[in-house]
Amino acid sequence: MSSRVMARALGVAAFGLALVAAPGCRQDMHDQPKYVPYRGSRFFKDGRSARPRIPGTVSRGERDDDTLLVTGKADGKLAEVFPEPVTLAMLERGHQRFDIFCSPCHDRAGTGQGMIVMRGYKQPTSFHDERLRGMPPGYFFDVISNGFGVMPSYAAQVPVADRWAIAAYVRALQLSQHATVADVPAESRTAFLEGKTLDPKTGLPMQDAAPPDGRAAGSGHE
Amino acid sequence: MGIIRPRVPQVFHRSTNTIARVTIFGALIVVAAAGYGLALVNRSSYVTTAGLAIEQPVPFSHRHHAGELGIDCRYCHTSVEISAKAGIPPTQTCMNCHKQIWSDSPMLEPVRASFRTDASIPWVKVHDLPDFVYFNHSIHIAKGVGCETCHGRIDHMNLTWQQNSLQMEWCLECHRRPERYVRPKEEVFKMGWQPPNGDQLALGRELLEANRVHPKTDCDTCHR
Repeated sequence: MSSRVMARALGVAAFGLALVAAPGCRQDMHDQPKYVPYRGSRFFKDGRSARPRIPGTVSRGERDDDTLLVTGKADGKLAEVFPEPVTLAMLERGHQRFDIFCSPCHDRAGTGQGMIVMRGYKQPTSFHDERLRGMPPGYFFDVISNGFGVMPSYAAQVPVADRWAIAAYVRALQLSQHATVADVPAESRTAFLEGKTLDPKTGLPMQDAAPPDGRAAGSGHE
Repeated sequence: MGIIRPRVPQVFHRSTNTIARVTIFGALIVVAAAGYGLALVNRSSYVTTAGLAIEQPVPFSHRHHAGELGIDCRYCHTSVEISAKAGIPPTQTCMNCHKQIWSDSPMLEPVRASFRTDASIPWVKVHDLPDFVYFNHSIHIAKGVGCETCHGRIDHMNLTWQQNSLQMEWCLECHRRPERYVRPKEEVFKMGWQPPNGDQLALGRELLEANRVHPKTDCDTCHR
């Protein structure tokens, strides 16, 4: 093979290789010049593509015309009532959200000995304390929204409806530690006093034949 | 025409010996091996970055926070159930606890600096999907795909790494056979969940019905 033919063959090979390899170096489709959440920006001084909200603006679907609902206050005083009737679904939601956001400090029973307290955070007052048992629902909503003492505001992490659900669940927790036999539904009282387990949903005695199915029972962690 | 063709076509020149003949077939093997090698490289962590712990401005440990302390994923990743993004927590969330705990640790200085100056902490993205893929966390959570299914045992990771390749074949594996991967909705945020009787397939098929899980494999499901 003459050196000229050899050189040409090499040239063609190099060109072919470059042709195959070159597209692999481009990532234009992979990294498109657009903003996706958390992507930085070179346009804005603070380097964020997500812009802070202009003071006074309200996002779509964010109600602020209902004072009781969004502040937990009525006539300037902490609301004695919930903005809507408390339902089982609301309590279950409150249970779930309480375990996520509150239990790290308040623990799952609300006594104030959560894991973060074990690690050195100031211990919060137990929900079963006499003073807190006397507080109206609006108080719990207000504390979640604005913080209290060393507790920070959870307004950014917990939306309004969930704050009310948590307040309702705190009420349920308080009740759980101060329940009397009179709170047991009349038709189940005999069974209860005989030491039978009651179904948490219906308040009726559990059927002996049907042990609770871990999945169907609905632990509230949905 | 005027050319006389030999009866048996001459494939090799008469001077070729056995070594030369084998070498020609050997070239085929080399090409095949190169192809296989490329496929291996393409699936390796060199390309996918799977399994590589990513260094961060603050050495945040999921193992400590989610594993040892038992903080729910949603305490920080608040938008995972309602939006495409799980949400990187703002510095305020760190300070909820760290204004009191480890409040003078030098390791946490970038967090405090961010809180003082209102500048974002430049966290490094661990799971970076290509911009032509539209992934949505909320629908996966709603249909019973556990955090662990994609992210692995986050509660065992000190520095966080990407557990899976995030390549299309990996996405499609689950979109084609979801019964192998789905779990009951209330177990989505649990780490180390196992199907009750060890029978994932039976439970999986049941869950597909119950939760109406019908993942699509159309191109425009993810590429829009």
